[in-house]
Amino acid sequence: MNKAKFFRLLISHAILIFMVIIIIYPLLWTVGASFNPGNSLISTTMIPQNPTLDHYRELFAGSESLQYVQWYLNSLKISIFTMIGAVICVSFTAYAFSRFRFKGRQNALTLFLLLQMIPQFSALIALFVLAQILGMMNSHWLLILLYIGGLIPLNTYLMKGYMDSIPMDLDESAKIDGASNTRIFLQIIMPLSKPMIAVVAMTGFTGPLGDFILASTILRSPEYYTLPIGLYNLVNDVMGASFTTFAAGAILISIPIAIIFLLLQKNFVSGLTAGGTKG
Amino acid sequence: MQARKKALLLSILPGFGQFYNKQWIKGLLFLGLGISFFLVFGDLLNMGFWGLATLGTEVPRDNSIFLLAEGLIAVIVTVFGLAFYYVNLRDAYKNGKLRDENKPLSSLKSDYQNLIAQGYPYLISGPSLFILIFAVIFPILFSFALAFTNYDLYHSPPANLADWVGFDTFAKIFTVDIWRSTFFSVLGWTIIWTLVASTLQVALGIFMAVLVNQKDLRFKKFYRTILVLPWAVPGFVTILIFAGLFNDSFGAINNDILAMLGIDAIPWLTDENWTKVALILMQGWLGFPFIFLVTTGVLQSIPDDLYEAARIDGASIFAQFRNITMPMILIATAPVIITQYTFNFNNFNIIYLFNGGGPSVPGSTAGGTDILVSWIYKLTLQSSQYSLAAALTILLSVFVIAIALWQFRRTDAFKEGA
Repeated sequence: MNKAKFFRLLISHAILIFMVIIIIYPLLWTVGASFNPGNSLISTTMIPQNPTLDHYRELFAGSESLQYVQWYLNSLKISIFTMIGAVICVSFTAYAFSRFRFKGRQNALTLFLLLQMIPQFSALIALFVLAQILGMMNSHWLLILLYIGGLIPLNTYLMKGYMDSIPMDLDESAKIDGASNTRIFLQIIMPLSKPMIAVVAMTGFTGPLGDFILASTILRSPEYYTLPIGLYNLVNDVMGASFTTFAAGAILISIPIAIIFLLLQKNFVSGLTAGGTKG
Repeated sequence: MQARKKALLLSILPGFGQFYNKQWIKGLLFLGLGISFFLVFGDLLNMGFWGLATLGTEVPRDNSIFLLAEGLIAVIVTVFGLAFYYVNLRDAYKNGKLRDENKPLSSLKSDYQNLIAQGYPYLISGPSLFILIFAVIFPILFSFALAFTNYDLYHSPPANLADWVGFDTFAKIFTVDIWRSTFFSVLGWTIIWTLVASTLQVALGIFMAVLVNQKDLRFKKFYRTILVLPWAVPGFVTILIFAGLFNDSFGAINNDILAMLGIDAIPWLTDENWTKVALILMQGWLGFPFIFLVTTGVLQSIPDDLYEAARIDGASIFAQFRNITMPMILIATAPVIITQYTFNFNNFNIIYLFNGGGPSVPGSTAGGTDILVSWIYKLTLQSSQYSLAAALTILLSVFVIAIALWQFRRTDAFKEGA
């Protein structure tokens, strides 16, 4: 091994190990905090002296202000329906845009591109009023519709780009064999778009879990909260007072999501780069 | 008079043109739909347009904001009504023309088949369009409309009415001193934040990907898994954790790390500039793994021959990097990189969840680290200055769209193939 190569690798490892520490530290610290006795930030250390499971128990005790299980179920319900709705809407619309030349197509594509840039929550007041007019404050279904609507423009664009990269010959030979449009879509286009569908499904699922504003505008009573609002209130009601319980709650939501992300990351990369460059 | 013109004129009342063409069933369908449109939406249209024009005349009977919303719904319904009307006129004209040319008229069955074939893309994108109108377009129109009213705490229902004021609110943003200075300082920080934070995360992501992707580096898999962790953990969780870590008096960063290095505690949450530093560092931490992932994908797809050929030609490692690796990465990830910038421009979560946009600035509605979106959020939910918030929304949208369009045009990444 020559000297230059040795130093290059040494420096590379040094930088990477430094990054690994920076990444791992806050995560491990949270794990430590969740096992710490006591409630506050002050006494929290990374390796607790008397580890305890109290905070996890507290989460499932179901007190008035901490309905963790209920929030978890709410979030799960909203995420699952948003995911299903987004996948159906996005893939059908993208199929229409990718395979058909119809009147208004070009205008619709431009509209999608523009809508995707205006953040949905800048229309906050409108959504608030809308919920009141419809009598749908605290309604999960309204929230799900809003999430799906917010996901449609960008994801349709990406999905269309991906479908454009599937050769047209496949459709045409199926058409000659007498297959209907819907059948071509379900049996040829959908299976071939799997990586991109996984991406849309994942953004659909995790989008609501990362949203704070829309949910906090529409959901006002604790029993309807999603996890982000619930956990935020837990930390902020009395600053730092329930930090350890928050840490426990955060871990229980982060682990399943992190596993899904890590399993699907390959799809993400191939979906995004294909959709982007061949669009 | 030609049949096509007669049919067209008659179908000013939906269906009658079709009756003239002796297409009874279709005529009845059009007539029925036309009548039911007015039966169902008549009140809404009447009330809606009246409300839209006046925004209410009497308290407490009229609620300006509800009237405005109903008015906009009436406008949307009208657009659909006009589309239906256009179909009706066109159908009568087309069949009238066929009669003029002594050709057989299209039968209901063939019309139906035609509708299915031509209408297929509309049919399958219909639900999406409906959701878009309801969840995205209507709210945006509503916000835009609010910008031209004086809706705020003192003009809000049920005690008071709001009214149209034209461009007054926009004028005030630039003429009222406190608004102008707040607007420009928030805009300035928003731009700096977007540029610095996004560039940091993109540069870090690409650098790390290149580093890990060295052929002779060991433990690749381990490094890759760890480096994408910040992307895999939900963002709101990490931001709240960091808010705890950065806490001025109890946080581990001040108490453990800096104390260990012998540095005095830093006022992360109470000093504006330190909060900004913390925010940018955090966004680097949160944002780089995604770029890392995408870049890694690109790097693995670059064929080895390219490097081999370069090596034979005597290119140094740096020349290879500059002339092969970098261009490949930038071309393939350009759209993804652009979205990082637009994302950070509107990155509400990190600003609001970390420190609520604070520390607060005396006499101003925006905190020291508020970006445009979080300022708009505060104006809406905390100080009830709705019309100001709406006017700012318009300015923000124009700004983002202008920049993004310019960028997209430059990269051509979203150009159409076919």
